[in-house]
Amino acid sequence: MGLDVRLVAEQPAIATEAARPERGALHIVAGAMRSNRKALVGGVILAAFVVIAVIPGLLAPYDPHAQIFEQTLGPSREHLLGTTGNGQDIFSQLIWGTRESLAIAVVAGLMATVLALLVGVSAAYLGGLSDHLLSLLTDVFLVIPTLPLMIVVAAYARSGGLAVLIAVIVITGWSYGARQLRSQALSLRNRDFLDAARMRGERTVYVIAFEILPTMTSLIVANFLGAALYAVLAAAGLQFIGLGNPSDMSWGTMLFWAQNNGALNAGSPLWAVVPGLCIAMLGAAFALLNYAFDEITNPALRPKPRRAIEPSSRSSKFAT
Amino acid sequence: MGYLVRRLEFFLVTLWAALTLNFILPRLLPGGPEVALRTRFHGRVSPGTIKSLEVALGIHTQQGQLQQYLEYLGNLLHGDLGVSLGFYPERVTQVIMVALPWTLGLVGMATVIAFVLGTLIGIFGAWRRGGLLDSVLPPVFVVISAFPYFWVGLICILLFSITLGWFPQAFGSSSEVTSELSLPYVLDVLWHSILPAFTIVLTSIGGWILTMRNNMITTLAEDYIRMARAKGLSPTRIMFQYAARNAILPNLVGFAMSLGFVISGALLVEIVFNYPGLGTFLLQAVNNEDFSLMQGLFLLITVAVLLAVVAADFLTAWLDPRTRERA
Repeated sequence: MGLDVRLVAEQPAIATEAARPERGALHIVAGAMRSNRKALVGGVILAAFVVIAVIPGLLAPYDPHAQIFEQTLGPSREHLLGTTGNGQDIFSQLIWGTRESLAIAVVAGLMATVLALLVGVSAAYLGGLSDHLLSLLTDVFLVIPTLPLMIVVAAYARSGGLAVLIAVIVITGWSYGARQLRSQALSLRNRDFLDAARMRGERTVYVIAFEILPTMTSLIVANFLGAALYAVLAAAGLQFIGLGNPSDMSWGTMLFWAQNNGALNAGSPLWAVVPGLCIAMLGAAFALLNYAFDEITNPALRPKPRRAIEPSSRSSKFAT
Repeated sequence: MGYLVRRLEFFLVTLWAALTLNFILPRLLPGGPEVALRTRFHGRVSPGTIKSLEVALGIHTQQGQLQQYLEYLGNLLHGDLGVSLGFYPERVTQVIMVALPWTLGLVGMATVIAFVLGTLIGIFGAWRRGGLLDSVLPPVFVVISAFPYFWVGLICILLFSITLGWFPQAFGSSSEVTSELSLPYVLDVLWHSILPAFTIVLTSIGGWILTMRNNMITTLAEDYIRMARAKGLSPTRIMFQYAARNAILPNLVGFAMSLGFVISGALLVEIVFNYPGLGTFLLQAVNNEDFSLMQGLFLLITVAVLLAVVAADFLTAWLDPRTRERA
């Protein structure tokens, strides 16, 4: 799974943008889309999928499950993308599959981010032995190979359906974010405004929830994007090998059926190509937004105009 | 020394966690091996055989949990992963040994190629900020690395093997060539590995390019680089011996840490290509509900990744005096 993208964000400079609690998450995303083309492309793709997921019934011409057409038809006016080896309309399947695929990405991404926040921020804030143990736990989950673990869990709890799928993705997907959030929270720990809050006698929960978290909004959003990308790919992989619920309609299960019917050789390559393309586009949307975020929060990485570049004194100021 | 001690602690804790997770999961989740075993062999073998199979799998419930746990750890110490349900009566270790060389060859080769190539591209990209490499490749690979590995494999099969007919579509070697250590056989194996290896390289290289590029950019802004330029050293020397040498260290650790991700993706690629490696066996284990093989593979892959992480740690400690001092 292409998780390598998430390594990109591991830059110390993220902290520079930190102390602006007045900007909400939506503001940050909107601002990013205005100023960055990559963010714009990612945002538009994502918005299109959200629309499709909300109103599939208006867009899809046929019932996605109904096996009522001739098998392995090519693209035509009646069947924009042809039909499957079982005589279902591929375009309708694609439209209806958007909902579950997107839902998994968003829900699993959100839950993984919350878990990462809980572990990462408490580790940084508590310090000492708690920090050591929580960091150790994070590293353990970071390094255990996710696919075999996911497969073992999903295979045992096969009957659990969507909830198990999401749980498995969250369990294997939170650790990277926790590590990042911990290091940023660590850099905040000794700031004056936190001292002031403690001086006022605020409780720990209040300090974490209302003083620390708002300053970390941009990193949290970036983390959600990374976790959502992970969820898209992980769900696709699990469903592809048959560990989702094969009777659900989603892009991953479409690929599962396509592969099991030998779609590539049986004259219906679109059956395997198009759902994968949708997964790739949704993944790319999250990855582009994440990448653009990295550029925005870390000015040193922004694209520079083409010229023979000396590392100027300006960029070194930001890079540390 | 403190650094290595800390990493050793991490290694041991992770190893223990993986082993224990492997022990607990079947007992925590519904529909465990007992059910699978009974449905699979029901009516085909005598109840006595099932009983002895359960003993061999370590799922008999006569003993207390703690005793089972200790026995399980003891078995692992002897390299005993139990009997495979799907390939009964073969042992899990035997099954794994058949598949392991294929995966080591394919994934090892592809990962090293991706790492070296990606790091080099990252170095040159950062060196010429705003140049062709820097402005085109990073966004392209950001998009590509969001593609599911196995789907890229499907596309490669569709393009290069079904449409163009350049490469074989599946399996590790042709059935016509006898599997002995001869030149035709080796060439045949290489021939079959090109497309899956290409898939893995294509989907994993982006991560290396981007991390290396970002590390380089940070390093190039350091004062000692400006000093080197002021001294009039040749650009090649500054690029490789001054900047890249320092920038590559985080990439090396990142390499080890993300090996688990890469292997996960590579397993799916193997499945798509019907490559006779661990991934394909993992799929068969899923289809056969062969829990012992599944768990054996999980353990093996985890331990392999852990060893790689520890190796990278030691390498970093050896290469970078700061890691030794910091502790």
